[in-house]
Amino acid sequence: MAQRPAELATETLPTTLGGQGDVADFVALLKPRVMSLVVFSAVVGLVAAPGSIHPWLGFVAILCIALGAGASGALNMWYDADIDALMKRTASRPVPRGAVSPQEALGFGLTLAIASVLMLGLFVNVLAAALLAFTIFFYVVIYTMWLKRWTPQNIVIGGAAGAFPPMVAWAAAANSIDLGAIALFLLIFFWTPPHFWALALFREGDYEKAGVPMLPNVAGRPETKKQILLYSIALLPAASLPLLTGTAGNLYAIAGSLLTLNFIRLAMAVFKASARENEDKASKKLFGYSIIWLFAMLLLVLVEHLLALPLWTAVF
Amino acid sequence: MQVPQPFSPDDLARRRRRSIAMAAVLIIMVALFFITTLVRLGGNVAERVL
Repeated sequence: MAQRPAELATETLPTTLGGQGDVADFVALLKPRVMSLVVFSAVVGLVAAPGSIHPWLGFVAILCIALGAGASGALNMWYDADIDALMKRTASRPVPRGAVSPQEALGFGLTLAIASVLMLGLFVNVLAAALLAFTIFFYVVIYTMWLKRWTPQNIVIGGAAGAFPPMVAWAAAANSIDLGAIALFLLIFFWTPPHFWALALFREGDYEKAGVPMLPNVAGRPETKKQILLYSIALLPAASLPLLTGTAGNLYAIAGSLLTLNFIRLAMAVFKASARENEDKASKKLFGYSIIWLFAMLLLVLVEHLLALPLWTAVF
Repeated sequence: MQVPQPFSPDDLARRRRRSIAMAAVLIIMVALFFITTLVRLGGNVAERVL
């Protein structure tokens, strides 16, 4: 018996009605690992800020910041699906894998972005909401849509997006932006380049294949290693800013200095590595340590505030 | 014209899990808005000038 055209089409075309992603796929769109660092840095900003906020409203503020970070992740995955499909590290993300359609990722991201900003504005304060909106805009439009595919300095400028969360949380608690908030911002801002360039060194092939102008495949590996070392050295003054603004104390000063000197030591090892294999090994080590470094530095600020340890007197 | 394939049992199971997750999120949102409204109002309702 001859098949009707509709039946024929059903058998031959791999088309579905869309929306076949599992809950886990939508959770993956939120970039949970990035979100966890965003939440942690926001908690530090909230606790370190002067003034007090009702614990429930503090929780709501952190939730909104987490949702905003998730929205940024989903919108990034919507826009970058084409290059994500080409890179080993990102090929299994929900959109390139086909589990979630680009339209779904876009709708999901926009809904979360609008909801997080509105909730933060209604429940906490307008300054924090405006900063969160700017953070999402900066990450999605300035970094993802513009800088990432255009310049090897993409993560230097784009890194600001990842540095904003403690400032948003600070604004939520204090309803103002002080130098202490800027110090936390700069701590993360200067950490971002060596962190991502270390990743780019041992993932160079991936970025090149996708046509993303990362420093190693544009300026070369020696220049990247030099930049990693310079930014790592710059971490020393950047990491001292929380002390000079009266946001941290002796515990941070001592432990933070040791942690930062070790960061520079590992960056120096990357700089000195000659063979490709040694470079990859050293940069992997630096990449892993850089995550621990940021977590530890923020944890030190958090512990000092939670234990009410004496802080340095602000110089600025 | 592309004709959508009918849903497989796996598709339907995933759809059900999404629906349950969405219901859970909505319930959490209701609780969040309710509690936050109470927190923000504080004692202002009881202490208002009548």
